[in-house]
Amino acid sequence: MAYPTAAHSSPPRQPSVKVILSSVDVQRVVDRIAHQILEKTQGAADTVLLGIPTRGVPLAQRLAARINAFEGISVPVGVLDITLYRDDLRRNATRAVGPTQLPPDGIDGMRVILVDDVLFSGRSVRAALDALGDLGRPAFVQLAVLVDRGHRQLPIRADYVGKNIPTALAESVKVTLAETDGSDEVRLYGEVAR
Amino acid sequence: MIRHLLSGADLDADTATQILDTAAEMAAVSGREVKKLPALRGRTVVNLFYEDSTRTRISFEAAAKRLSADVINFSAKGSSVAKGESLKDTALTLQAMGADAVVVRHPASGAPHRLADWVDGSVVNAGDGTHEHPTQALLDAYTMRSRLGRLAGLSVAVVGDVLHSRVARSNVLLLSTLGAKVTLVGPPTLIPLDIAAALAPGTDVCYDLDAVLPSADVVMMLRVQRERMGDSYFPSAREYARRYGLDGSRMARLPEHAIVMHPGPMNRGMEITPEVADSPRSTIVEQVANGVSVRMAVLYLLLGGNNR
Repeated sequence: MAYPTAAHSSPPRQPSVKVILSSVDVQRVVDRIAHQILEKTQGAADTVLLGIPTRGVPLAQRLAARINAFEGISVPVGVLDITLYRDDLRRNATRAVGPTQLPPDGIDGMRVILVDDVLFSGRSVRAALDALGDLGRPAFVQLAVLVDRGHRQLPIRADYVGKNIPTALAESVKVTLAETDGSDEVRLYGEVAR
Repeated sequence: MIRHLLSGADLDADTATQILDTAAEMAAVSGREVKKLPALRGRTVVNLFYEDSTRTRISFEAAAKRLSADVINFSAKGSSVAKGESLKDTALTLQAMGADAVVVRHPASGAPHRLADWVDGSVVNAGDGTHEHPTQALLDAYTMRSRLGRLAGLSVAVVGDVLHSRVARSNVLLLSTLGAKVTLVGPPTLIPLDIAAALAPGTDVCYDLDAVLPSADVVMMLRVQRERMGDSYFPSAREYARRYGLDGSRMARLPEHAIVMHPGPMNRGMEITPEVADSPRSTIVEQVANGVSVRMAVLYLLLGGNNR
């Protein structure tokens, strides 16, 4: 499965940077979420992982790989592109539409776990829920994120959280992953006018 | 992103490829349970048709509706145009109604270009006179790419009434941008002498259909416009069919992988025999389905963001 590589992963000026999760930490966090999914879903039966592009996609694949390594269960993985469901479409230049790939058996009656890198305003997740509603009717929808940085603007919460990072609104969290950016890391950038 | 789509020449290779890629994603929507996307909610698309058209108008209407836009259909028949209203006054009326995009078909070449000066919204040329029909070229390119896997390096023979064909003009412009090699085939009376050089360098002209068939990846048959039959561009329909019609024996001379296209509506027995039109090599029905996806992509890319 291919995903677009990020065009920019570092901000233009040099703000204060703090590494929140190192490469090893990211691996441990993914392992823990995989265990939590197995625990909470009692063996991940009838479960589908849907990654939200860009970085939710490799995360979903890693989770599936870890679940498989731990208990030998293969969980179907898909991609859910939310571009056409975003609420800020007309505030920006036209966004490129990416592929949506559902597992062959679809999502009807399944437990769908949405996977994203950062949970912030909750608007991406709302868009993902809308997109999901047009694609089928899952029995349950859950949310797994690598980082929850707070500042929700909608009543949305995650079921599986890699790390809670208290942030100021002006700070920014950047996740890089080996598949999309060359290396695994989560960094917090300080308050710098961008 | 461009603001209007008036000509196949408006698109550079990157933009055209972006439209085709987006169309591929839009095509997936047609296979879903809910064939609708919210991307153009609250936008208004006016279909302004001064010429009869079924497939193009319906295709644009379906595309706009699948993106949740509001669609207003305006056909010249039974409208104020029949009472003598000018194109400009009609345009200003549409403008006042808040049209975000105007899809226009007009018998006069260049009408969409004029319209683009008068309205604030995006203008999409859905066929103007004997000039251009860019979304048809895009859907043809999309069909070729999905059947043959690529566009660069393809040999495309465009056969028939090139002189009056807006489909041919837009296809030559777009396909050469995307790296395909186009050969225009037809009777000398229906291929203007300088057209190849004027449209795109590298375009060939050939008056013998049988000579181009063995090396063609795509044969695109153009409709012989019956209304032009009296204008003595060729001696008789039978002679035209014999020299430039695609029948089973000609189709057999094509390479194994080659496809046969037709923008429709067909004159069965004239430029194409039923045997060819209904064969597995024919993409004619596919082209119609692809038309909706491609037009969704065009409308989304023109109207989806704040590109104005």
